[in-house]
Amino acid sequence: MSDADLLEPPAADFAGPAGKRRVTDALLYLDDLKVTFDGYRALRGLSLTLDRGEMRAIIGPNGAGKTTMMDCITGKTRPDTGTALFDGVHDLRRLDEPAIADLGIGRKFQKPTVFESHTVADNILLALKGPRSGLASLFGWRNRVEAERIDALLAKVGLLAHRARPAADLSHGQKQWLEIGMLLAQDPKLLLVDEPVAGMTDAETAQTATLLREIARDHAVIVVEHDMHFVRALQCRVTCLHEGAVLAEGSIDAVSADPKVVEVYLGR
Amino acid sequence: MTSRTALIDTKGWIFLAALAVFCLAVPLLNLGVAEGSGLHLPTYLVSLFGKYLAFALLALSLDLVWGYCGILSLGHGAFFGLGGYAMGMYLMRQIGPRGVYGNPVLPDFMVFLNYKELPWYWLGFDNFAFAALMVLAVPGLLAFVFGWLAFRSRVTGVYLSIITQAMTFALMLAFFRNDMGLGGNNGLTDFKDILGFPVQAQGTRVALFVATGIALALGYLVARFMTVSAYGKILIAVRDAEPRTRFLGYRPEHYKTLAFTVSAMMAGVAGALYVPQVGIINPGEFAPTNSIEAVIWVAVGGRGTLVGAALGAVIVNYAKTVLTGAMPDAWLFALGALFVVVTLFLPKGIVGSLIERFGGRRARAKLPPEPAIAPKLAEEGQG
Repeated sequence: MSDADLLEPPAADFAGPAGKRRVTDALLYLDDLKVTFDGYRALRGLSLTLDRGEMRAIIGPNGAGKTTMMDCITGKTRPDTGTALFDGVHDLRRLDEPAIADLGIGRKFQKPTVFESHTVADNILLALKGPRSGLASLFGWRNRVEAERIDALLAKVGLLAHRARPAADLSHGQKQWLEIGMLLAQDPKLLLVDEPVAGMTDAETAQTATLLREIARDHAVIVVEHDMHFVRALQCRVTCLHEGAVLAEGSIDAVSADPKVVEVYLGR
Repeated sequence: MTSRTALIDTKGWIFLAALAVFCLAVPLLNLGVAEGSGLHLPTYLVSLFGKYLAFALLALSLDLVWGYCGILSLGHGAFFGLGGYAMGMYLMRQIGPRGVYGNPVLPDFMVFLNYKELPWYWLGFDNFAFAALMVLAVPGLLAFVFGWLAFRSRVTGVYLSIITQAMTFALMLAFFRNDMGLGGNNGLTDFKDILGFPVQAQGTRVALFVATGIALALGYLVARFMTVSAYGKILIAVRDAEPRTRFLGYRPEHYKTLAFTVSAMMAGVAGALYVPQVGIINPGEFAPTNSIEAVIWVAVGGRGTLVGAALGAVIVNYAKTVLTGAMPDAWLFALGALFVVVTLFLPKGIVGSLIERFGGRRARAKLPPEPAIAPKLAEEGQG
């Protein structure tokens, strides 16, 4: 990241630019995104639209640009050119990470990142949707959250029995679930889930697919995953990325039968 | 309610009780016991203990940012010094015509340097309330501006430590200059009165000692209130995984700036209470080594425990008093050795190790019986 990026002041209009006309009905609209890292072209004109309430699986070989795409959506990386609109009005290229999170975009990382020295319940507490200013958390509602509210979320991801344990003590799979629980606590409009079943057993993978399908009933979800069985279990539209652009899109059967996709996965 | 941590926990009660006993016993043994008696506590010791408590407050303020927010400030002595100078300026204005040159307005060093009138930034310091406000405002404002610029630019870790060190070094150089109008090399000294009471008098010294004890207790409660609230939990989250908090929608720079500012104000109060008890403030207080020494106090006592920081300050400074009396040249070696020993054998400090030793068993007992893997999840899934 360059100095100019670091010093750029946080955008003031994260609540939504007033009076701006919605230019698209899609919840997420990416058009011709390009990102270059030190001469390496990570994204070469990526375009993708996601409808409200849609679940989408993103597949693609290593280096296809899956994680870079997520970085662009969440403000971690600023695309060199292209359009990134959320809700048809918010220009994601102008906002930083907290502002984008505030719009309602939540993210689960490839490597599970939970707050290890906090208890499982406190991890959920910190993720709960609500005012996030320093003063609000010093004196405000976050100090008076009902235990039931947190427990309901923990029950959903199967971690209720572990509420008082430090998150560091959880197994890898449990951390993945805790992070999904934190996403649910954030109650975002769009969930970005990066490799949720990496390192999980088959049984855990099946449970996670069920959980994500349930979440997708009232949230838009993008799932990046390598595991084809898992992607099939999600029963949703699939986009295959390759070399920083979309290679194919459609049902899992159509995409996996596409000769271009087969070529990319099997090599020439 | 969630499992909210109590404002004062077991170690907090022990700390506050010990502090209360100390603050009652010292005045009693000084004022209440006749001078010839073996139990009498000499007045110079009262001030020495008061100095320890001021250092304890400085250590506490450092622990708030280092232990809970991961900001290793190597320049906290700057805030301590600024608070001390604000108090020193008030004390200078109280001297009035009793100075060597007898000038009713100008302190001696200004007369000596041919000042014709009081520089503008000395105005108001004859008023105690104004000076007290400055004790908080000057370090607070510096920390706010410095912190905001550094944290917004995402300067962290060793780079941040280095610029805090540079900050205190720059202040030291600035305060050494005579044209700063703050006494240059000699600093501010020869104080006479504080709030109308003679600074040297036994009663005043005892009162200053008790005031320092009360300030330490209040500082502890403020720091504790901050760290057990949701704010404190987010602060710890920022310490452990700053980028992650951003994706949750938090602005770590706001959280850090607030903690840094409150901490600097606490350090300012410590400096202000230190100055009348030692009778002088000079630019040496800004020396980088002072700030580093404060970091060692916190490390020895136990980072991230608040109580440990205060304890570490008292223990190390007591050792310093004893050792510099016995073998003046050996102190720096002893300090260095202490730091190495603590880092190698007590990485959590004294209090941190005690908690691990005695508090750990209870924490482990609270764990649920061995986990059945996500049974609830499967049920939910079917529904």
